Amino acid sequence: MNPVEAAVIWLNDPLNWTNPGGILDRLGEHLAMSAAAVALGCLVAWPIGLWLGHTGRGGGLVVLVANVTLAIPTLALLTILPLTFLGFGRPSVVVALAVFAVPPLLANAYTGVRQADPEARDAARGMGFSGWQLLRRVELPLAVPYLAAGFRTAAVQVVATAALASFVNGGGLGQIIRAGFGLNIAAGSGQILAGGLLVAGLAVLVELVLALVERVVTPRPLRARRRRAGRRAADAVAGG
Amino acid sequence: MSFRLSYRADPGNPWFSWQYLRDNSDTVITAVREHASLTARAVLIAALVALPLAVVAYWFRSLAGPILALTGVFYTIPSLALFAFIAPYLGIGAATVLSVVVLYALLVIVRNAIAGFNQVPPEVREAAEGMGYGRWRRLFRIELPLALPGVLTGLRLATVSTVALVTVGVVIGRGGLGQIIFAGFQNNFYKAQIMTGTLLCVLLALVLDLLLAGAGRLLTPWLRRGAG
Repeated sequence: MNPVEAAVIWLNDPLNWTNPGGILDRLGEHLAMSAAAVALGCLVAWPIGLWLGHTGRGGGLVVLVANVTLAIPTLALLTILPLTFLGFGRPSVVVALAVFAVPPLLANAYTGVRQADPEARDAARGMGFSGWQLLRRVELPLAVPYLAAGFRTAAVQVVATAALASFVNGGGLGQIIRAGFGLNIAAGSGQILAGGLLVAGLAVLVELVLALVERVVTPRPLRARRRRAGRRAADAVAGG
Repeated sequence: MSFRLSYRADPGNPWFSWQYLRDNSDTVITAVREHASLTARAVLIAALVALPLAVVAYWFRSLAGPILALTGVFYTIPSLALFAFIAPYLGIGAATVLSVVVLYALLVIVRNAIAGFNQVPPEVREAAEGMGYGRWRRLFRIELPLALPGVLTGLRLATVSTVALVTVGVVIGRGGLGQIIFAGFQNNFYKAQIMTGTLLCVLLALVLDLLLAGAGRLLTPWLRRGAG
């Protein structure tokens, strides 16, 4: 039986969806840990990125963080963190995933504030805005499209990386693939392929939904102008 | 007394142990070699495919959009899913790991090479055209050298991310240094082994990155003169 047929048969078995540890369970785990990781990443990266952009310092730090995280294997973080004070279980997996969410969030927050029109900044200063008011009422609104682009890149990356949590039995849809490899390549090929389709489908779906969200939160006049710059900022950190 | 102290200060599961490295040097060296050779082959194959693709996208502007969109879609696919797609057909061997990492490296190199080509100033291109340069001569004498910084950036990013990505190969038992990390995790969470694998991975990425950066400096002497 060829792998595609086997995958279709596997996906058409309702018990594979509803069993404990079936697709629905794994999907829930996958989404829960991804959401937690992205939220943690935002909490850490956005304040730092916005502040660095506001003061105009730390551009080198942003690049350094992106480069260093690119070189660290996900597998290493997933296996090291449970042995630290975080302990085994969900927290260490979430922290490991959040580490990979930080670079795109940080870089886009930084770029978003830096690219704010200097004239708008001068005008706000002339109106007597303090540094804090300038950040909150001028730079932050102008950076929203960049924050959205960074959020999208980070979220897609985390959803993709969360599949690797299965290496340390962290749950998620990757678990289905791992279990398939655990059988053996001939008997498990249907399940392996089905798991791959689920993981890839989820990643593409998240990408599409967030692309829509990104478009909605970007004010109309900024849409056309921003697209090129945002791509460049996202590309600069892509690769992990 | 001091002998006793040092003896007792040796904990059961340290983060790093020379003893482990000495006892397992063969395994570690084999893993490093496998990891480095997989990375080198992957980046080489990816570059050989990616550069012609980038040139095609540069010459035929209407193809640039689809090529970039396609690489974007591929980049969204998680690495584990790609292993799941390829392994049922190619089996569990080095070929599967190689195909997966080549695909990701390819995407990174194509995107950066296209960006590099697009940075060639139009005046320079027109001047070359005015001097009677044909399409191929212009490519090799003018555009490729000027696009080299972009191409090299792509190669460096691709190399560093490939080193990290090869570790995912443990899913089919061919992860290079990932194999060491994962075995350490399974052997009663032996920290020294996990840390050795991790450090060697990061070190390998750093060394390859520096090598490429050095090669880039040698290949683009005009940039250095301009900066200095």
